Amino acid sequence: MKVLVPIKRVIDYNVKVRVKLDNSNVDLANVKMAINPFCEIAVEEAIRLKEAGVATEVIAVSIGTKACQEQLRTALALGADRAIQIDTDLTLDAINIAKLLQKIVEEEQPQLVILGKQAIDSDNNQTGQMLAALTNMPQGTFASIVKVQDDKVNVTREVDGGLQTVTLNLPAIVTTDLRLNEPRYASLPNIMKAKRKPLDVKSAEDFGIDLTPRTQTLKVTPPAERKAGIIVETIDELVEKLKNEAKVIS
Amino acid sequence: MSILVFAEHDNNSLKGDTLKTVAAAQAITGDIHILVAGSNCQCVAQEAAKVNGVSKVLVADNAAYEHQLAENISLLVTELASDYQHILATALTTGKNFMPRVAALLDVTQISDIIGVESADTFVRPIYAGNAIATVKSLDSKKVITVRSTGFDAVTTDGNAEIVALDNVTDAGNSSHVSDELTVSERPELGAASVIISGGRGMQNGDNFKLLEGIADKLGAAIGASRAAVDAGFVPNDMQVGQTGKIVAPDLYIAVGISGAIQHLAGMKDSKVIVAINKDPEAPIFQVADYGFVGDLFDALPELESKL
Repeated sequence: MKVLVPIKRVIDYNVKVRVKLDNSNVDLANVKMAINPFCEIAVEEAIRLKEAGVATEVIAVSIGTKACQEQLRTALALGADRAIQIDTDLTLDAINIAKLLQKIVEEEQPQLVILGKQAIDSDNNQTGQMLAALTNMPQGTFASIVKVQDDKVNVTREVDGGLQTVTLNLPAIVTTDLRLNEPRYASLPNIMKAKRKPLDVKSAEDFGIDLTPRTQTLKVTPPAERKAGIIVETIDELVEKLKNEAKVIS
Repeated sequence: MSILVFAEHDNNSLKGDTLKTVAAAQAITGDIHILVAGSNCQCVAQEAAKVNGVSKVLVADNAAYEHQLAENISLLVTELASDYQHILATALTTGKNFMPRVAALLDVTQISDIIGVESADTFVRPIYAGNAIATVKSLDSKKVITVRSTGFDAVTTDGNAEIVALDNVTDAGNSSHVSDELTVSERPELGAASVIISGGRGMQNGDNFKLLEGIADKLGAAIGASRAAVDAGFVPNDMQVGQTGKIVAPDLYIAVGISGAIQHLAGMKDSKVIVAINKDPEAPIFQVADYGFVGDLFDALPELESKL
């Protein structure tokens, strides 16, 4: 079966984010970019399914400018078979991303689509679920275990109170949580090999989807700073402060 | 203009977070209805009817909704959507799971995790793990919104809303529930606790979390953990506080052996009072702590427990 893995190019998770002085957005000039960590887990899971003989082909897809080919090449170096870039320089809302991915799902007919549960830039946590609704597929979000059995997939999900396991008919959508797997590093020979793997470029405009923005960002500001407090010398002093100054214990 | 609020519950009781989501609905202003979707959930409906500011409680009581599978709930909410301008759910795992499906079926984009309401179409939400705060205007005709409960104060529960039974049954038939493995604890839930004590990698192993239990018992606190402690297998994932775990804002948050990665701070920095206990005086957690204690947690914790 084919597995489709949509990935997003985002700011590297180690980079300290700074808001632009004019409050228009965060400053992304000259910062290190990477595959969104949850998307990397999705790529790893797809490759493991291929190594286990469950998946026959792993296709990575990303939407954005030519720059996102860098992340697609990384996915190819990790083990994806081919890649698709949907070229656009628009900033797209999640619903429009999901509609473009729906077109790719219709073309490629994957049995499983694995996505990261959220991107660490917009923190939206919605594209996977939206794609599931648009393609009328069931979904296993926030997955920590994925097991394909015949024409079904069992997904164990991280939920508020613990874990929940659901069975989904294939084709299905899975979104990854942190503990699904630990992604591998790409080896140098595989990075070289990835350069020769196929990477198709399609123009977002050619899909005939209305990509008009659905949201307008009015401003982006830094969060309220928390002032550092005091260092107490003893536990007695700590207990005294919590009782009499902060009044949070009695 | 009407607002539909999805009730967060376990078929037995209404989760307190729903009261905060209703507060967000009040800030939008409109006629507020609550939807209780579940199975044998009449007692939840009774509770929801007491939520202040709510005029109507819609109850969809059917086996198809027992486990609140996203495929089924999203169809139900989409069927009801024509009567509402705004649809709100709490940004907990149930709401996060099904609400984007509703948005897609209505051809709108979702406004996720709001912490403030500027007007009926403009909302405030954290991005980049809370390192930036965006004010976003929705241009869609209908607003599908998830609400981060730490951003709002709970409404009171002395109301008396009308309860209306729905006979909609929407079963997508493509998914089914297998099992739950829920953590059983006598302590308060992380989302509802007024005091939280969390352990990090500095705890060294799962057994050492017992050192937190005595203090938690004395303070009536919930116990949390950093991602490092969860990934190291010390404790289960549902204890994780942070960007991708639970977002909490208790009156008192005690961070023990937690260095304070931005992903952890994103989950707790709105707490009223933060205490940090760490042997590394350079740990970033001290930059957000009201009270810091530099020292070995294995000495500090027993002493703290004995002095409370």
